[in-house]
Amino acid sequence: MTRQPGTSGLIFNEPNVWDKSRKGRCAISLPIADVDRAPLDPELTGDAPDLPQLSELDVVRHYTRLSQWNFGVDSGMYPLGSCTMKYNPKTNEVQAARQGFAGAHPLAGEAFSQGALRLMYELEQYLAEITGFAGVTLQPAAGAHGELAGMLIIHAYHAKQGRQRSKIIIPDTAHGTNPASATLCGYKSVNLKSGPKGILEPDAVAAVMDEDTAGIMITNPNTLGLFEEHIKEICDIVHAKGGLVYGDGANMNAIMGVMKPGDAGIDVLHLNLHKTFSTPHGGGGPGSGPVAVTEALIPFLPIPRVEKQLDSFRFVTDCPDTIGRMHTFYGHFGVMIKAYAYILSMGARGLLDASRLAVLNANYIKDSLKDTLNLPYDRPCMHECVFNDARQKPYHITTMDMAKRLLDYGFHPPTVYFPLVVEGAFMVEPTETESKDDIDQFINAVKAIAREAESAPEKLTRAPLLPKVTRLDEVSAARKPCLRG
Amino acid sequence: MRYLPHTQEDIKEMLAVTGRTSLEDLFDTIPDALKTKTDLNLPDPLTEWDLNDHMEKLASDNIACKGYTCFIGAGSYDHHIPAIIPYLVSRSEFATAYTPYQPEVSQGTLQGIYEFQTMVTDLLGMDIATASHYDCGTALAECALIALRKNKKADKIAVSDLVHPSHRQIIDTYLKPAGFEMVTIGHTKEGLTDLSAVEALDGIAGLAVQSPNFFGHIEDLAACKKVAESKKILFITSFTEALAWGLLKNPGAFGADLVAGEGQSLGIAKTFGGPGLGLLAGTAKLMRDLPGRLVGRTKDTNGEDGYVLTLSTREQHIRREKASSNICSNNGLNAMTAAMYLSTIGKIGIREIARLNHDKAVYLKSVLTAAGCEPVFDQPFFNEFVMKAPKNFKQKRTELINRHCMFAGLDLEPFYPQLTDHYLFCATEKVTREQMDQLAKEVA
Amino acid sequence: MKEINDLNLPEDVKYTKDHEWAKSEEGIVTIGINDYAQDQLGEIVFVELPEVGDTFSAEDEFGSVESVKAVSELYMPISGEVAAVNENLEDAPELVNEDCYQGGWIIKVKPSDNAEMNALMDKAAYLEMLKG
Repeated sequence: MTRQPGTSGLIFNEPNVWDKSRKGRCAISLPIADVDRAPLDPELTGDAPDLPQLSELDVVRHYTRLSQWNFGVDSGMYPLGSCTMKYNPKTNEVQAARQGFAGAHPLAGEAFSQGALRLMYELEQYLAEITGFAGVTLQPAAGAHGELAGMLIIHAYHAKQGRQRSKIIIPDTAHGTNPASATLCGYKSVNLKSGPKGILEPDAVAAVMDEDTAGIMITNPNTLGLFEEHIKEICDIVHAKGGLVYGDGANMNAIMGVMKPGDAGIDVLHLNLHKTFSTPHGGGGPGSGPVAVTEALIPFLPIPRVEKQLDSFRFVTDCPDTIGRMHTFYGHFGVMIKAYAYILSMGARGLLDASRLAVLNANYIKDSLKDTLNLPYDRPCMHECVFNDARQKPYHITTMDMAKRLLDYGFHPPTVYFPLVVEGAFMVEPTETESKDDIDQFINAVKAIAREAESAPEKLTRAPLLPKVTRLDEVSAARKPCLRG
Repeated sequence: MRYLPHTQEDIKEMLAVTGRTSLEDLFDTIPDALKTKTDLNLPDPLTEWDLNDHMEKLASDNIACKGYTCFIGAGSYDHHIPAIIPYLVSRSEFATAYTPYQPEVSQGTLQGIYEFQTMVTDLLGMDIATASHYDCGTALAECALIALRKNKKADKIAVSDLVHPSHRQIIDTYLKPAGFEMVTIGHTKEGLTDLSAVEALDGIAGLAVQSPNFFGHIEDLAACKKVAESKKILFITSFTEALAWGLLKNPGAFGADLVAGEGQSLGIAKTFGGPGLGLLAGTAKLMRDLPGRLVGRTKDTNGEDGYVLTLSTREQHIRREKASSNICSNNGLNAMTAAMYLSTIGKIGIREIARLNHDKAVYLKSVLTAAGCEPVFDQPFFNEFVMKAPKNFKQKRTELINRHCMFAGLDLEPFYPQLTDHYLFCATEKVTREQMDQLAKEVA
Repeated sequence: MKEINDLNLPEDVKYTKDHEWAKSEEGIVTIGINDYAQDQLGEIVFVELPEVGDTFSAEDEFGSVESVKAVSELYMPISGEVAAVNENLEDAPELVNEDCYQGGWIIKVKPSDNAEMNALMDKAAYLEMLKG
């Protein structure tokens, strides 16, 4: 058996940046003043903010040491369910750093920004093709922002029909951003239970769908990693009562080139470029949440829109039914560049292979571990699978304990305690960029941990021991918050 | 394909474990009628070489590829980014990590963001700063929603028309479906928010004023605070140029309840407008009302200092439909960038850079005035100001771009239709006296 | 998590379906969450309290109790006006875990209809509900 990746090693302690401050140090090269000092009313002038004073090496060491305490996709396998932690290609970073892109001022004028506009236009086209929709906006700055855009579009659609509705149907497996986004639009969430197979049942949808319901929000594949097999029928039921179907496309990585959400009857879908399309997660963003819509909903898209005229491109704001603007400029262009480069690098065949191999990897893990961990839904999964800690209960070991012990083995844990419909959920999404060798190591680690749960449970309850810190006191952090130094 | 490690043997072995014979079989749960029967219609995949060529061509279609002299601000600022910043922020332990849900292996991100939060509170003079938002406009919309939630009897927000036009549009987008109204407050002929118009209003939950405002002027925030207090509403202030606080009295000094800001000036490239960095800060009293992530300090089981995401019960993954905001991912890596930048420039650097911005802008205004432009306002400003240009300026401006790669100000007419021939100029520490003299010469 | 038989459920208070307790003394009703609720929630980090003087109807939401990973709304067992709130909970929310029937009380209410207390469950009925 090959050795597990987790091991001990020398990393460094590092205080807060202000603890290294010494009066008089400065880490920046200051330009020489070539104009006179202009006086400013002392009433308007403040003291210089009390920022740290460091040398350049102080700053470099500080952040280099901090980086050593982190775990990224480049460090090891990161099977966070519903996050699609796939490899972030470095050539994408090179493209985004090109001076023509990085130095572009958003208000330079369309004539001088044709490269950027062409990139945005073509990316919209590619995303529309991949998802099966007529129009796309790249403006939302993250998945949740895209969800809000989608809800606003649905709201605007119903307003235009002359009758605003008050409810949105949301499955119990939905990501928390779904009901939160619905609330921001003034909609009341109607919670819908999934059926015994882990997917939505058309009858259950029909029972709650009425003419006061604006629509339904569906994630497909859902957060249990299962394909919503009745999606077409569900869309028909909602449409029959004049509602719209919102698709949460966070799990798009399972179906690229396999099926198009637009073909199933979904009206508006958001995507996460920082999941499916390989842009880096950045420790919590920046991401990008484009929204794709059917022909009927194009008038409601946020402004400005990108339009092509002959062979040049321009921004258009004269869209009377638009939901308005969602971002100060055009969205996260720096992230769009990377997704665009990814799609051009993969091509149609590459994206199809990516989805197929992502689903292969997840099923391989499911079938390799179903005798070790409890599998609440023993059915074919898509790109992720959900276990739980039911088998470990007799040893008083929880999903949290297993997750923390995985850290010592050198793996980032899967998503834990989500979706809420599975108690003690352990959601594994390997993605297609993990090799069989790395996945086998992960499988062996989980098996070893399950054995430890029986024979030496304190190894789990005391875990993790190898990272920079052990388990942290989240209770005190919430009771007596200390949010600044 | 180099990102896909599976060999044919791997695929065969793995399929066997799953009990399938082909990859297509893995999708049996998808109804056949829904499966795509044709290949996706996308361009043929490019090799790394061809990708470079393709992207270089696209980038060359943007004038920025040549390096240009930028006299435009208006929410996106041309500042010097020290070499160590992109170097450090590209470390893949920062860039390829996700949200720090497992804090034990995320202490780099968590300590970095805790330090960011701290430095932002120092910069703005406020008690608490969140771990970031998408941009100033969306952060400002969130502030408006906080005010409206806290004052259940009010359904309006008063917003100065000298708040960035795009930000006002965003607030409108957010407020409309929830049934709230944004009341626009006009400005005086001196180029400041007309506070008398606020006094007369009823049913408002908050007042939002940008300072330095869209014209570049420093608003009378003390007067704004007085009006807000007298009407018992929240005082919200915003800004687009973060480096202003290296020189100006900060919003906290004026008793702002909430501050929304743009942090792009803090080491982040303009990148055609995004991603930038939304800053959101508030008083201690509003701690539990702030949306977005917060990093807190705590101890581990050995008593060692450590950091965690905290006060999570405000957020969508716990509150779901009762959450005050739906924000999940924010602009984390850009917040790290800003923290690195603030650590790099430090107390000495920020003062000097802010002074240079102001000095250069004052100089630019003087040489443009001498060249025949009309200084429309006489207000103290930070690094942006408004000038009325001579009649033939529009053509001259285009010539300046084509011949000298120089962007001479931003036409204000699309934003304020009554301001024909008015341009918003910006000078940062990056423009030289030579460039400003050249601009003036061309304009005259 | 405790077993049902290990729960501390005093005889001298009434119980609600939301796992709260209510005790009437000299015309004032004291309200808190019971041992089952505090055990399920885990370590409590924050209690959101109403203002003294606020009035509510029975079943209205009057506040909430938070642990690190969960929020539980609090519902009025009876109608009335808030006469007092337990200010100790601001600095020591853990009182609700440690002493939920005494030091961890949450609000005191002046009831608007004394009959409403009769509709609440006694210990036996509450246990039935838990087991069922």
